[in-house]
Amino acid sequence: MAGDLTQTLDPLLILVALAPFIAALFTPLLQRLIGSYAGWVLALVPAGIFAYLSSYLHPIATGTLVQGAIDWVPVYNLRLSFYLDGLSLTFALTIAGIGALVVLYAASYLKGHPHQGRFLAFLMAFMGAMLGLVLADNMLALFMFWELTSVTSFLLIGFDHSRQAARRGAIQALVVTNIGGMGLLAGVLLLQMIAGTWEMSAIGGVVRDSGLYGIVLACILLAAFTKSAQFPFHFWLPNAMEAPTPVSAFLHSATMVQAGVYLLARTTPFLGGTEIWTTLLVGFGGVTLIWGALGAMRQSDLKQMLAQTTIASLGLLVLLIGLGTETAILAMVAYFVAHALYKAAMFMIVGAVDHGTGTREITALGGLANVMPLTFFAAVLAGLAMVGLPPTIGFFAKEEMYLALANTEWQGILTLLVLVAGNALLGGVALLVVIKPFLGAMTETPRHAHEAPPAMLAGPILLAIAGVIGSIFIIGLADYILSPAASSIRGDYVESHLGWAIDLTSPVIWLSVATWILSGAVYYWAGAIRSGLRRASSALGWTADTVFDAVMFGLIRFAGAVTRWLHHGRLELYLVLVFVTLALALFVPLLGMGGLERLLPTAELGNWSAVLAWPDLRPYEWGVIALAVIGLGAVLMAPSRLVAILSLGVQGAAVALIFLLFGAPDLAFTQFMVEILSVVILTLVMTKLKLDERDPRHLEDLLRDGTLAVVCGAGVSLLLMVVLAGPLDTRLSDFFTATSVPIAHGANIVNVILVDYRGFDTLGEISVVMAAGIAIMALLRSRKKPAAPPKPRTRKAKGATA
Amino acid sequence: MEHVLAILVGLFVALGIYLLLSRSVIRMLLGMVVLGNGVNLLIFTAGRLTREIAPIVPDGLSVPAGPIANPLPQALILTAIVIGFAMFSFLLVLAYRAYQTLDADNTDTMRLAEPDNAPNPPLSY
Repeated sequence: MAGDLTQTLDPLLILVALAPFIAALFTPLLQRLIGSYAGWVLALVPAGIFAYLSSYLHPIATGTLVQGAIDWVPVYNLRLSFYLDGLSLTFALTIAGIGALVVLYAASYLKGHPHQGRFLAFLMAFMGAMLGLVLADNMLALFMFWELTSVTSFLLIGFDHSRQAARRGAIQALVVTNIGGMGLLAGVLLLQMIAGTWEMSAIGGVVRDSGLYGIVLACILLAAFTKSAQFPFHFWLPNAMEAPTPVSAFLHSATMVQAGVYLLARTTPFLGGTEIWTTLLVGFGGVTLIWGALGAMRQSDLKQMLAQTTIASLGLLVLLIGLGTETAILAMVAYFVAHALYKAAMFMIVGAVDHGTGTREITALGGLANVMPLTFFAAVLAGLAMVGLPPTIGFFAKEEMYLALANTEWQGILTLLVLVAGNALLGGVALLVVIKPFLGAMTETPRHAHEAPPAMLAGPILLAIAGVIGSIFIIGLADYILSPAASSIRGDYVESHLGWAIDLTSPVIWLSVATWILSGAVYYWAGAIRSGLRRASSALGWTADTVFDAVMFGLIRFAGAVTRWLHHGRLELYLVLVFVTLALALFVPLLGMGGLERLLPTAELGNWSAVLAWPDLRPYEWGVIALAVIGLGAVLMAPSRLVAILSLGVQGAAVALIFLLFGAPDLAFTQFMVEILSVVILTLVMTKLKLDERDPRHLEDLLRDGTLAVVCGAGVSLLLMVVLAGPLDTRLSDFFTATSVPIAHGANIVNVILVDYRGFDTLGEISVVMAAGIAIMALLRSRKKPAAPPKPRTRKAKGATA
Repeated sequence: MEHVLAILVGLFVALGIYLLLSRSVIRMLLGMVVLGNGVNLLIFTAGRLTREIAPIVPDGLSVPAGPIANPLPQALILTAIVIGFAMFSFLLVLAYRAYQTLDADNTDTMRLAEPDNAPNPPLSY
């Protein structure tokens, strides 16, 4: 059936991804106008998207592919293209549906918070990024939305930016997921190179046979594993729990962390199915499942427990994608839906408990069922799904994943054992979260326990009930969501066999029963397991977290060391660096690129009389040049500064005379003027200052500076001689000379060039002079203000009155 | 004759750089002036030298009668002289103010922006 997909065009698809961004723009304004009721209005956006996308359930189930695109960078043949198939539809519906409830929940959760508008705007922007990500067809668009989810989630996690823990969590999430983002960019570029297209839907099977397959796979896996918190990149996710609870419910259940899972599912048709794919995904997924589940048992903070179970669930999903069989993929989609529903509900429930009691510590809570009956009701339903008991989608997901591994070889049996162990641990955590806070004796809590407001209850109750209803109508759910999504991943039609007819003779159901019994056991011995795990982890002494800190601080130290090495604050060394570079720039072309060869051709080396002709200079020209040399020498040797300044005037006057002798009277006059002014001003200023007369230079500095100066001077001389040996391009000068009178009506060609042909240059020059004048004025005006001692001021004031 | 000027340019540049490498601010200022003159002469010489005939079109003619000095380098240098002077004045006042505020004309003692033993950036988030 996958072969004969009908394709429909729907430009509105672009709006689905962009609408939340547009809404985000107006969110702060809306929040300012109507306060936390803004949540009810904003929730309409994802709700509308949900309704709109739902209309595609039937067409997609019957094999339609919906596409929409606009030109992005037409020059490079880039189109911002989106498409909707079973997989994108499932993810988009989850994002929009849970998104609507989370926005509602957040408006109530953060009621009265001064930055609620900002928060809701971040949330909407994140939703847009996520929808764009799962709908994108163009791989560069996919990458762009991928990075946008990282950036928006950074803003959300660090929302409470006055706390260091929140800042750290946000930076950690950003760093880790952006490393993956770079991997994704590299992978996407390689994919384009191999397949010659930016559209994922058009890649086909060429990648697996390419020699670059291994690198592409590594890049994509890096992206997916960092985003989906797979071992060993799992550590950022629990720290991201510093975010307000609605963020955790949204980002860390159904959306952001699932982006990696989505990427793996999306790339399965052209990357999946190889042995290395299966090995890596099953291996990393399995380790992550067990690691996360054990991590959850170690925690006693409800939110941290859920965060760790999310890591475990992500591992489970990756493992199932790695297996890649029809049953495994169907189980993966079912588990994704079940998990999204119950995990978002669970986070919201924990948020409601926190909101109602003021604590999330599982050991400090008990007996809340009486005061928070509706929350308890939602918790029970969500807990059923998490344990995998009927009637929930979680039950079918678990059945299906066991079925995927029944009757296989030893690797399959091992994987099955990992699954059973992981599910049992997750079930135990679910029992803890549902039973401990709500049943038993009522305990004292920081806040007087009370039921959550309606907007905070709507989410968990609706989501938990959805999990039950979905399982009751499992055949419809399978036909419209699970099977189309699995078909998109597999690339050919996946027939669902899910139904309520339970075969008691199959080993699968008994594996489920075993899982439930083990879950109960885990619950019973939870305290012992927790203290055992804590002892083990403190015996280990370090975690991925400490490694991250060490790397980050090492980076700061390294940056500091590099800065101190390069920016040592000694001006003359900076200048030495500049002039060494100049010397290199002069001599490398001269020696390495044949510059000297042009000046002194080897063939003429013997013919000294031709090369060393006496320069054709007249006596007074020699005199002027001698004057310049004497002026320079006097500047260098001057015993006092006043003499040095006067010598400066001598060399300047010599330059002006050279200009005069060689046909540049304008230059000569300007030069005379400038030199006279410079000498006068310098002398005026110098007599006011009591300066040190000596030029403090040690012998080694003297040698270094002298050598560098001589080398640079010689380089400039040689370069100029090489230039003089070559031909002169006079086209510009000829043009100016020929057109000065006819076009510009000016006889002085230099003046015509300055004010006519290069008028804008002259304007720029005047601006520079003006800027310098203003800066000088500012420097002189600000003279007495900064550190004037108080005494003279009073005296001055007295003088003024007198 | 251009080669003699090329050597002179080298002398200007060498002295300018030598003075710029000094730690005394006023000497650096002199170095700026000398280096600027050297670069101006460099441009002038690179445009080839022509004796005494200024690039001015005589009255009644539309183009000069004979060969003239190259006008293009002259236009460039004229701009450079003026900008050089603006920069010189600004640097002079800056040095003057620095001397008043920091009581120093030695770059070694001017460490306000990049102090010795600057502390490490804080190791936290």
